[in-house]
Amino acid sequence: MSAALIVTRRMIDHPADSHRIDVYEDTGGYVQARRAVGMTRDELVDTVKASGLLGRGGAAFSAGLKWSFLAPARPAYLVINADESEPGTFKDRQLLERDPHQMVEGIIITAIANEVHHAFIYIRGEYPKSARRVQAAVDEAYACGYLGSGIFGSDHDLEVTIHLGGGAYICGEETALINSLEGKRGEPRLKPPYFPAAKGLYMLPTIVNNVETVSNLPHILDMGAEEYGKVAHETDTGTFLFSVSGHVNGPGNYELAHGITWRELIYEVAGGIRDDRKLKAWIPGGASAPWFVPAQHLDLEITKEATEGAGSMLGSGAVIVMDETTCTVRAAERLVRFFAHESCGQCTPCREGTTWMEMILRRIEEGQGREVDLDLLLDVSDGISIGLAWPPKMTTICPLGPSAVSPVIALRDYFRDEVMEHVRLGRCPLGTAARGASNSETDIDRPEVLAVETRRERGSGGRPPGEGSPA
Amino acid sequence: MSIWSEETQVRAKEIISRYPEKRSAVMPLLYLAMAEDGYLTDEGMEEVALWVGITPAQVRSVASFYTMYKREKTGRYLVSCCTSISCMLLGGDDILHAVEDESGVPHGETDDEGLLSVEHVECIGACGGAPAVQVNYELIEGVTSEKARDLVNWLRSARPEVVNTDEMQELFGGVRSFDWAVSEVDGAIGPYPAFQPLGTVGTEVGE
Ligand SMILES: Cc1cc2nc3c(=O)[nH]c(=O)nc-3n(C[C@H](O)[C@H](O)[C@H](O)COP(=O)(O)O)c2cc1C
Ligand code: SF4
Ligand code: FES
Repeated sequence: MSAALIVTRRMIDHPADSHRIDVYEDTGGYVQARRAVGMTRDELVDTVKASGLLGRGGAAFSAGLKWSFLAPARPAYLVINADESEPGTFKDRQLLERDPHQMVEGIIITAIANEVHHAFIYIRGEYPKSARRVQAAVDEAYACGYLGSGIFGSDHDLEVTIHLGGGAYICGEETALINSLEGKRGEPRLKPPYFPAAKGLYMLPTIVNNVETVSNLPHILDMGAEEYGKVAHETDTGTFLFSVSGHVNGPGNYELAHGITWRELIYEVAGGIRDDRKLKAWIPGGASAPWFVPAQHLDLEITKEATEGAGSMLGSGAVIVMDETTCTVRAAERLVRFFAHESCGQCTPCREGTTWMEMILRRIEEGQGREVDLDLLLDVSDGISIGLAWPPKMTTICPLGPSAVSPVIALRDYFRDEVMEHVRLGRCPLGTAARGASNSETDIDRPEVLAVETRRERGSGGRPPGEGSPA
Repeated sequence: MSIWSEETQVRAKEIISRYPEKRSAVMPLLYLAMAEDGYLTDEGMEEVALWVGITPAQVRSVASFYTMYKREKTGRYLVSCCTSISCMLLGGDDILHAVEDESGVPHGETDDEGLLSVEHVECIGACGGAPAVQVNYELIEGVTSEKARDLVNWLRSARPEVVNTDEMQELFGGVRSFDWAVSEVDGAIGPYPAFQPLGTVGTEVGE
């Protein structure tokens, strides 16, 4: 499709050793960081602004603008968000393991642009191998004098600390991540006033950028903002990594410019649906995104604007494909279970609502649903995300709560009959409940046990009894 | 007097020095405490509190927030089966069931010997290689029910000192999210992430 490869070029050209510093330097690596040392903050910020680079962590906010908002107080910090935990997303892991120096160079450029002398790489705890590969790269960079004091012989110092997460999705949210990095519970902070650019890590100005975002920076400097901006579709500049998973023949990460259609992505790039089955639905941007269905969205262009116009988002770039054998109630239950498990518990609508939604969905899937359950589900959802609008009207501290209703919106809009069929038959019409029972989630028959379980299991959830107030 | 070994104390000091504020070292120190005792004990949390200068209650409050800090006795091998959406679509529930069935350990529990713990987890970032399983957070992608059973039996009989992702992928894995390219010789030595300074360094094969 798109011939332009930017962040995965090196790993494709050098499949065995793209992670090594010698290969990295032989292929143009660290040239731009060296150049950046001689550039001013304004030059760098303007270049990145002009490139149109959008954040790749989910919110798609202009990276250059974000940098320009950094408050003047110093020290300032840089935190690289490598907490990648949105179900369906596995792109950052590939960048971390296969081309860690590209990210390190991006970190150096960001640090110089933002007068930062200490950067943190927050890697999710379940990625120890990624952390090891990044540590190896950071060690090499230190040994070469690209990190540490006086990098590249300049008077700019830059320390890098790798921090491993503890298994909590919510820490991907930037203010939760900052709390976590401060050694606290990973609970999101209210914005305002706690915008990281002004009151971030240790209440100091902080830039939080995604792994893929900073991995683009060496290329922006190399190509120049204008050339980089030409690899684009309308306003979405550069390439984007799509993590495609589910019922496709060719799951994997694909680097593409925007502008192709979903049909092309699913049927050509990702090789079509396994066993030539029919496509039922797909999630265009990670577990948080409202679903798309073939009848309405297959020929829609993949752009930020078109996706948002159709009531969803490209989010983290995760495309989860479901074929005709998928029980959408079960899929919705699994997604909602995720949010219920990962809710940090600060906001009542999110904490209580997601747990209720999970229970209702599970009982429908198990054949114990009632006629009123879909309405009840919508009612509970409405309590978390008023009017079930997309983008949601925010009633919670962070967007996790409202994201949990996306699967329910899909059931309401596209799969109402399938939900009702579960209720009428007293079982899953697609026969997946039988498989569900094998999930040893045997507490399903005993709702009171389930409620206790859910609370106990929620490691990153509602405050356990007797834990006192949050630290 | 620290309850920790000399070696762990040296590491703790080193970790703390990497942060502008001591308290930021809570999370890595909690992993150190797990490595000392095999899981997170009350004594371990009290020790962490001393090192970073906050109260044990504050440390407990932090530890309880994160799923990877195991505050109950955990097996030498923690088998985590992903049953999140992409894995579920490709049989992740069956994998969990196979692991539970073969080991006789229901999810959330540990066997009597303290060898195996089984849990189901949310997405572990291996959706392109679904269904995915981790042992002590070392990844295996493209697992089948049969291979999952083999894995349980292998852990029980071979009892590897170090759990290595490449070895397990070779023995029990299938399709991967992407070409891993890098092969390492070491890996995890307990039910906590194998990352410096927890004894393993990620040395590449041939280094
Ligand atoms: C619940 C939640 C989870 C998030 N998880 C991640 C994540 O895992 N990785 C990430 O880069 N951004 C994540 N984000 C977005 C971050 O808050 C933040 O916008 C991003 O890291 C900024 O980097 P960028 O501008 O380079 O995209 C998450 C946001 C929310 C609300
Ligand atoms: S919306 Fe949910 S996850 Fe976000 S802060 Fe509130 S309770 Fe926590
Ligand atoms: S859903 Fe299982 S690894 Fe992502």
